[in-house]
Amino acid sequence: MIVRVLGEGQFEVDEEVAKGLNDLDEQAGRALEAGDQEQFSELLGRMAEAVRTNGSRLPDEDLSPSEGIIPPDDLTLDEARQLFEGDGLIPDLPT
Amino acid sequence: MAGLMSRASLVVKSKLSKVLDRAEDPGETLDYSYEKQLELLQNVKRGIADVVTAKKRLELQEAKLQQSIVKLETQARQALGEGREDLARQALERKSGLQQQLQALDGQSDQLQAQQEKLIASEKTLSAKVEAFRSQKETIKAQYSAAEAQVRIGEAATGIGEQMADTGLAIQRAKDKTEQMQARASAIDELTESGALEDFTSDQTELDRELGAIASKSQVDDELAQLKSEVGSGEQQKELQP
Repeated sequence: MIVRVLGEGQFEVDEEVAKGLNDLDEQAGRALEAGDQEQFSELLGRMAEAVRTNGSRLPDEDLSPSEGIIPPDDLTLDEARQLFEGDGLIPDLPT
Repeated sequence: MAGLMSRASLVVKSKLSKVLDRAEDPGETLDYSYEKQLELLQNVKRGIADVVTAKKRLELQEAKLQQSIVKLETQARQALGEGREDLARQALERKSGLQQQLQALDGQSDQLQAQQEKLIASEKTLSAKVEAFRSQKETIKAQYSAAEAQVRIGEAATGIGEQMADTGLAIQRAKDKTEQMQARASAIDELTESGALEDFTSDQTELDRELGAIASKSQVDDELAQLKSEVGSGEQQKELQP
């Protein structure tokens, strides 16, 4: 499956890695709910690291969409809330 | 509550659907989308230039603070040489305050550097994808029927749109960091303009007193003791000369 680490690029990972990512992802979601920055950063870091270490990077010119998108590993809780709520941290694409 | 990956994907998809919903004539859509990609490439280049400018301003400020620190140290020595321990202490207190400012700026500089590197990497990836999109768009226009073209446009637009959202995020975060840094830099500029970083023998302002208060007392005491011994031994040497 293709995953994107925001700010880094896209990687192809196998099923086992994807499973591990899902576990970490659920924990990261809980850390965000709990407002635990330390735990949140650690989990995002582990997710990005799992992808970097076990995945193979897609060439830049590949136009495949990703099945999962991982937030940047240095994202703060405030930024995460902005990213998922309201106007969002990602600006609208030009139309 | 869902994990972050699905939520992040949803956010990106909702950005994309706003763009894809506009799609009418395939050929026109492709050309229009390509134009927007080129615009974003210009934006990211501007973003990099802004970060570089902010970093230069920061470096200038750091140099200015360094100079003030050296000057205050010299003034403290002079004051002590003339037996004015009170003035020497004031100068060292102010020096300690400036050193704290300098340390705060140091972290900012690293953050800006990191943002700059991310933007450069993002520009490189986006640029490669835009080029790939350009050649795909010509192929789609030349070779496919309208119905087939629609599917392929959807795929290509999704792939490039995801990168556009990613690059957009990188630009936004760099902008936020740069603005934070500029606010801090302006605060330090105000200190300079108010005279707080000027000659310590001039009249004390409120800011002077605040700077003095945040200065670490123990550091001042240590340095004072060190200066005393240095200035003391200097005087002894002078006395030995004919």
